[in-house]
Amino acid sequence: MIQSLVFIVLLAAGAGLFARQVVRIRRNIFLGRPLDRTDRPADRWKTMARVALGQSKMVSRPVAGFFHILIYVGFVLINIEVLEIVIDGIFGTHRIFKPLLGDFYNVVIGFFEVLGVGVLLACVVFLWRRNVQPLARFKSPEMTGWPTLDANLILIIEIVLMSALLLMNAAEANMPDKGGYLVSNMLAPIFAGVSPEGLHLIERVCWWLHIVGILAFLNYLPYSKHFHIIMAFPNTWYAQLEPAGQLSNMESVKKEVALMMDPNANPYAAPADGAEAPGRFGAKDVQDLPWKSLLDAYSCTECGRCTSVCPANTTGKLLSPRKIMMDTRDRLAEVGANIDKNGSFVDDGKSLLGDYITAEEIQACTTCNACVEACPVLINPVSIITELRRYQAMEASQVPSEWGLMFGNIENNGAPWQFPAADRFAWADNLTVNSKKNEA
Amino acid sequence: MSTTLKIDTMAELAARGEAPEILFWVGCAGSFDDRARRITRAFAAILHEVGIKFAVLGTEESCTGDPAKRAGNEFLFQMQAMQNIQVMNMYEVKKIVTACPHCFNTLKNEYPDLGGNYEVLHHATLLQQLINEGRIKVQGGGTFKGKRITFHDSCYLGRANGIYEAPRAVLEALDADLVEMKRSKANGLCCGAGGAQMFKEAEKGNKEVNIERMDDVLESKAEVVAAACPFCMTMLTDGIKNKEKESSIHVYDLAELVAKANGLID
Repeated sequence: MIQSLVFIVLLAAGAGLFARQVVRIRRNIFLGRPLDRTDRPADRWKTMARVALGQSKMVSRPVAGFFHILIYVGFVLINIEVLEIVIDGIFGTHRIFKPLLGDFYNVVIGFFEVLGVGVLLACVVFLWRRNVQPLARFKSPEMTGWPTLDANLILIIEIVLMSALLLMNAAEANMPDKGGYLVSNMLAPIFAGVSPEGLHLIERVCWWLHIVGILAFLNYLPYSKHFHIIMAFPNTWYAQLEPAGQLSNMESVKKEVALMMDPNANPYAAPADGAEAPGRFGAKDVQDLPWKSLLDAYSCTECGRCTSVCPANTTGKLLSPRKIMMDTRDRLAEVGANIDKNGSFVDDGKSLLGDYITAEEIQACTTCNACVEACPVLINPVSIITELRRYQAMEASQVPSEWGLMFGNIENNGAPWQFPAADRFAWADNLTVNSKKNEA
Repeated sequence: MSTTLKIDTMAELAARGEAPEILFWVGCAGSFDDRARRITRAFAAILHEVGIKFAVLGTEESCTGDPAKRAGNEFLFQMQAMQNIQVMNMYEVKKIVTACPHCFNTLKNEYPDLGGNYEVLHHATLLQQLINEGRIKVQGGGTFKGKRITFHDSCYLGRANGIYEAPRAVLEALDADLVEMKRSKANGLCCGAGGAQMFKEAEKGNKEVNIERMDDVLESKAEVVAAACPFCMTMLTDGIKNKEKESSIHVYDLAELVAKANGLID
């Protein structure tokens, strides 16, 4: 009875705190500019099913892909058992599904135990890959400190959770009235000779450790890169369906250009009453980015596949697409905390461009989309880079001088180089070919 | 038979009350860059040889605005786009082919929203169609029969627009020994010129991107690197010069390879 009460209080607190944090993050994401990403719902569901549910992009790197799927499948399926744990916890029952399912229950739990071993194995492999194997993408400058600790903590917590589950069952395997399952029967000798009271204590401690661990882990998610296990789903759903090369045409600029091209427009006319003041062109801070870029930022799990294929990064430039995403998320979290504290955003004298991301970084991007292609959850760093470049070019007028010349050439002679427009057709002068046709 | 070609402009055709089957969008590189002009001439020769009625805008063509847009100057991009769209809509252009993937991407993906709706083809796709239809045949075994050729994917053709097979189909028709580089197709490495990088020095690093790409080129042991983009052409040619391999490795555009294999150009 007391156990049930304690459990209900913990469950409510865990779920409530998590929900509060999710609401905050949702609010942070919608600080971004509006963008409609609800067209073609059928294609969106398909993309989500293939990329998030089906992990289609993970396997392009087979080793990481295989072990990731092991953890993913394990976590998703083993969580079915959490349903039973929650019901047991609330009503003070023990393995409520067992009498209902009979022998099938033993098969299912045995299967979950096998998955649990798979998760354990994958976590150990990942710890080894991150800490022992010299994998360059885990050693980039942006991974110093918290990001590396975060990754290791996630793996260690998962090891603890899976161990608790297996040891709980192993303790039960030694109880004559309960019995074990496929893997726990093999683990049973660990507790051979332990008194019935001792076994019961181990079973209870592991049960509580497992469920409290899950609730704590749930509340760790929103502060961690591990939040991707949830965000991957909406993020793939709202991904760009148009070809990767297609950049949006800015609506605000369309209006200005239409005015400029309209011979009847009066350039000195006052804006109509109630007309919206023109906003900032491009992005200086996170609020200037489309909300999808902010969703992207919360979906990033810092795997670094983007950075490892970035032509700028692999040739030693400062630009790292992963850092672009991490900076965007960190600045957004800072803005969110500012709002939590002050009720609404109070200027803190900081901005994404300048305080987090430098001009040198965004200028190095070749917009080759290798990072976009590499991302297992369809994050688009190029979109953020482009918005920051728009601010640099149209608001701050701080583009590299050669780009300034290039703009001038396009304006004056219709080509990025300084050639007279009149020579554009000169390539066709004296065009002699060895034609096999008779007529010229 | 040596023939001097007369290339029609849209204005000339319109004056005669005619319209072409297709507009050949030459682009800035194809119009002004010496090396890219050879691609333009080769492609024009192919169009002429297969008897496609085509025309160019000539001096009425202007930059699509792609480098301005990628560098952040959306104003300049949209000004360019509106100007080009006005010209093309005036001539009632229906179908466009271009040898530049940057022009291709912009015309195909970014112009419709501004009122420019055309069927836009990259020349790799048109060449593949012509080969499939039997309108281009590689004669006499072909100059490139058995030669080791690798294809460098342009980012704006490949990842940006998912066109990976058309250029390879063209190369296969040359009876060449097509080999893939370590990084190809969706995993292809950029030449370093996209996103308006063509028009400025690279940021501080330890290597130029085109030099990094040379590792893949040399490893493939190809004698010919096929390109489908005038900017890639510049970057690859410079990279090969940097490695002092210009006598053993040649860079050609798809159009040049097809034109050479057919004896249209030397």
